[in-house]
Amino acid sequence: METVRKLIQTLAALLSNGYWMFPFTRNIYQGPMKILCSPGLNCYSCPASTTYCPIGAIQQLLLSVRFSLETGSFYVGSYVFGSIGLIGSLAGRLPCGWLCPFGLVQELLHKIPSVKFPAVPKALRYVKYGMLLFFVILFPLFLTNEWAMGSPWFCKYVCPAGTLEAGIPMLLLQPDLRATVGLLFYNKLFWMTIFMGWSVVTSRPFCRTTCPLGAFYGLFNRISLIQLRLDKEKCTDCGVCAQVCPMGIQFNKDFDSPECIRCLRCLNEACAFGAISLKCGGLDLQALNRAGLRKAQQVQAAAQLDQPVGR
Amino acid sequence: MKKNKKASRQWLIPLTVSLILFLIGINVNEPQRVLEQAWNICLSCIGIG
Repeated sequence: METVRKLIQTLAALLSNGYWMFPFTRNIYQGPMKILCSPGLNCYSCPASTTYCPIGAIQQLLLSVRFSLETGSFYVGSYVFGSIGLIGSLAGRLPCGWLCPFGLVQELLHKIPSVKFPAVPKALRYVKYGMLLFFVILFPLFLTNEWAMGSPWFCKYVCPAGTLEAGIPMLLLQPDLRATVGLLFYNKLFWMTIFMGWSVVTSRPFCRTTCPLGAFYGLFNRISLIQLRLDKEKCTDCGVCAQVCPMGIQFNKDFDSPECIRCLRCLNEACAFGAISLKCGGLDLQALNRAGLRKAQQVQAAAQLDQPVGR
Repeated sequence: MKKNKKASRQWLIPLTVSLILFLIGINVNEPQRVLEQAWNICLSCIGIG
């Protein structure tokens, strides 16, 4: 299942960045596909991007909302909030685990052999909600200049995905832009370096601490159509599910955590007792759960064989 | 059992709200605005300029 997930992640990254003519046109994609919402964090100023980033679009709509309303247009973000709301209602935070290109980048970086620090201080988990509320909604809406226009705070000051996918490639494609590089860019470069370096030693640090899109999807985790469930009668509290979780969740204690990205590693690699199951609208996805149980039993049996005698 | 059934249908509420928002957005022609924004390189968004 992990191989399937990696394939889907790669395919999703290629589809949402599928405009490969950009080295010749030296510009971003300007076709009709950009009306579609990217389910993951994927900067729409990336030259290869074929979809719009919901976080970027919300900020752009909110920062110019006064101008829109004055001119009789009601561009208040309902299309974008509706789009990500639909995704969240159906799948919760599943797109983070299966479709987000920046999630894939972090996972690949985490594969680099190094000392690993799995834990992230619990308080840092709440930063992403602050990012969503202040940097994506309130600051662009209320901190305006003399022309009543706000700024896209999250994209402008924080987003490492934008620097990686759009800032650096655009500087390479359009040399004229290099003259405009200043403190703003170095600040973004700093955050990108921090998150990419952190990803090597800790699993998905940006998703766990800062991503406003993950924070939004996480709000739906407890009520979405697709759910991961725990059968407490079968659970032995062995804690193996917590060891494999890339988000550092103790699944046996907090099974509907807003942090869960539904990567299904707990189902497929950890629980050998069939206590974890995937449900869709309350219905047990039996074939998938049985396959997951078999795989988890194999993984756990192999792990026990690998352990030195006496442990 | 009744509680479980209720819980399994909870997703319909945010889905309906989101669908209404989505349709309102289409009705006020917001997709066209989003498209126009996405066609332009937002320099300040990517930390340049």
